[in-house]
Amino acid sequence: MGNSYLVTAMRDGLAEAMREDPAVVLFGEDADRSVMGSTRGLIDEFGPDRVRNIPLSEATIVGCGVGAAAAGLRPVIDLMVSSFFYVTMDQLANQAAKLRYMSGGQVELPIVYFAATGGAGSAAAQHSESPHPTFIQQAGLKVVMPSTPSDAKGLMLAAVRDPNPVVYLQEASLGGTRGPVPEGPYEVPLGQAEVRRNGSDVTVVAVGRTVTVALAVAEELDGEGVSVEVIDPRTLHPWDADTVMESVARTGRLVVLDTARQSCGFAAEVIATACTEAFGSLRAAPVRVCAPDVPMPFAPQLERHLAVDEHKVKAAVLRSLA
Amino acid sequence: MADRAAEAGPELDDLEALRTMIRIREFEEMCRRLFARGRLPGFVHLYIGQEAVAAGACLALRADDQITSNHRGHGHVIAKGGDPARMFAELLGKADGYCGGKGGSMHIVDFPSGMLGTNGIVGGGIPIATGAAFANQHLGNSRVALSFFGDGATNQGVFFESLNLAALWRLPVIFLAENNQYTEWTRTEDLTVGEITQRAAPFGVPARQVDGNDVTAVHEAVRKAAGRARSGDGPSLIECVTYRWHGHNEGEEAFAGRYRPEAEIEEWKARDPIAALESRLLDDGVVDAARLEAIHTSERDLIEAAHEWALAAPAAPVEDALTDVFSPAGP
Repeated sequence: MGNSYLVTAMRDGLAEAMREDPAVVLFGEDADRSVMGSTRGLIDEFGPDRVRNIPLSEATIVGCGVGAAAAGLRPVIDLMVSSFFYVTMDQLANQAAKLRYMSGGQVELPIVYFAATGGAGSAAAQHSESPHPTFIQQAGLKVVMPSTPSDAKGLMLAAVRDPNPVVYLQEASLGGTRGPVPEGPYEVPLGQAEVRRNGSDVTVVAVGRTVTVALAVAEELDGEGVSVEVIDPRTLHPWDADTVMESVARTGRLVVLDTARQSCGFAAEVIATACTEAFGSLRAAPVRVCAPDVPMPFAPQLERHLAVDEHKVKAAVLRSLA
Repeated sequence: MADRAAEAGPELDDLEALRTMIRIREFEEMCRRLFARGRLPGFVHLYIGQEAVAAGACLALRADDQITSNHRGHGHVIAKGGDPARMFAELLGKADGYCGGKGGSMHIVDFPSGMLGTNGIVGGGIPIATGAAFANQHLGNSRVALSFFGDGATNQGVFFESLNLAALWRLPVIFLAENNQYTEWTRTEDLTVGEITQRAAPFGVPARQVDGNDVTAVHEAVRKAAGRARSGDGPSLIECVTYRWHGHNEGEEAFAGRYRPEAEIEEWKARDPIAALESRLLDDGVVDAARLEAIHTSERDLIEAAHEWALAAPAAPVEDALTDVFSPAGP
């Protein structure tokens, strides 16, 4: 067990995938020098035939992933920043997400699209998106978002091995967090949540970077006699409703945290599912803490104002207990 | 250099080309009749008048080469070896259709014949063919990918991006623009600056314009481009100038009004690619009138039998609407 940065663990997961399957190729913006660190050094081990610097033609590159996968490769495509997915939306949503379905299941499209996601350091509105709800809406795309270095590695290997298009979103603000990471290849199965902390009074479902926030609040509330269960879904589509509903059935209270904007987001989906599938066990109205429905502003204090922080989360948990 | 000639593939088999073009025409005529009688759901874009492009191009490819296509794709599917019966079944929403009724006219896909997808998005198939070409190059399988798209698609960003990428990596891909002179309901020259072939020049990609109603010319151009691609010399752009006899889609009279001069349509019908080939084959003594009639009859019978088969096929069960989103296959 080593200790690794999240972004390095993700890179290590990709390296394991490239070692085990020569069909895995990497297309990335500045993939060789890898300013984000997620592909750093891979060109040295796997060479320029398998690690390709791509022109800034995001739509075409996303579409090339579809064609390359249909013709026998397992492309992994690094778009660097998740806001850039919007440039690709035809190829992502109309092609990658739908070709298998439209063809009546004739084809498997093992593709991973990854990018850093979320606001981090005054990158402002066009480099700070949390677009995962948009991808969930497409059907045909699996969506993962790790919150720990260990999961970052295992989810990457699972995503590359999966026979479907997977959008892998790495929280930009978590890239430099450190944690224990097992050696060698291992998978974190897609669609499987992890209970980060056991509790009995309230269930907190936390996405991406909000997991850390939830755990801090849970620790604090523990001192105040409140037992908080924290669940990290890890895969946002298809998500592990069973684990969440089982928890809600025990606690009767649900708070959902998401970095994306509130309307029609993942938090809305989790709460709607609880209201329709576990209504009888709810003892209080579910609460969500998300970004407000505004673009990400630039100024540090404005950006901070929108963040899902400990203050907001604690208030939400207490509200569910009121 | 001798190897390169061999890699360029065989000369065109005129009779096979004729048969393919007539099959496409008969298929499309059946679609026209079915649509007019209200039997076809959705949108149908007919290929009548453009048959020489699909036939000439696909007959210059190997069976394991790949193509991507567009909304006007029935001809491409047939020319690449698709089964008209399964195509009709798809258009009729039957379980035995190529896509089990999930795709329809604009999304017929037949991977075993190298048909990676017709496409409802203009230009959508261009990056997919480029990616398939990358895979071919990477795997060293000497396959070529060809993307059929229309004149309208040459104004899409992915067209230029794909030209750049294909030139940069010398990908074995052929970009084939079928210029039928109308972008939906507007003359393409009103929407598009310069010549389509000029658009390849900045990328150093060789481009040529050919008569898209001359199956031999199309075949020869694609044959050369395929040979070039297989030899590792990279992509080509071919513009095939042709004309669609029908509208952008069937039933457009109800909303589009008259936007093409009648004389123009008649002029192009007089340049029927099938009649032109037949005339040459008759002049050259390759066939006689009776032989031509026999080919027409056999293709008409084949299409009618395909339609009958599709009619008799079971409807796609409604529960199938919920399947095939994700592949369940494990790693």
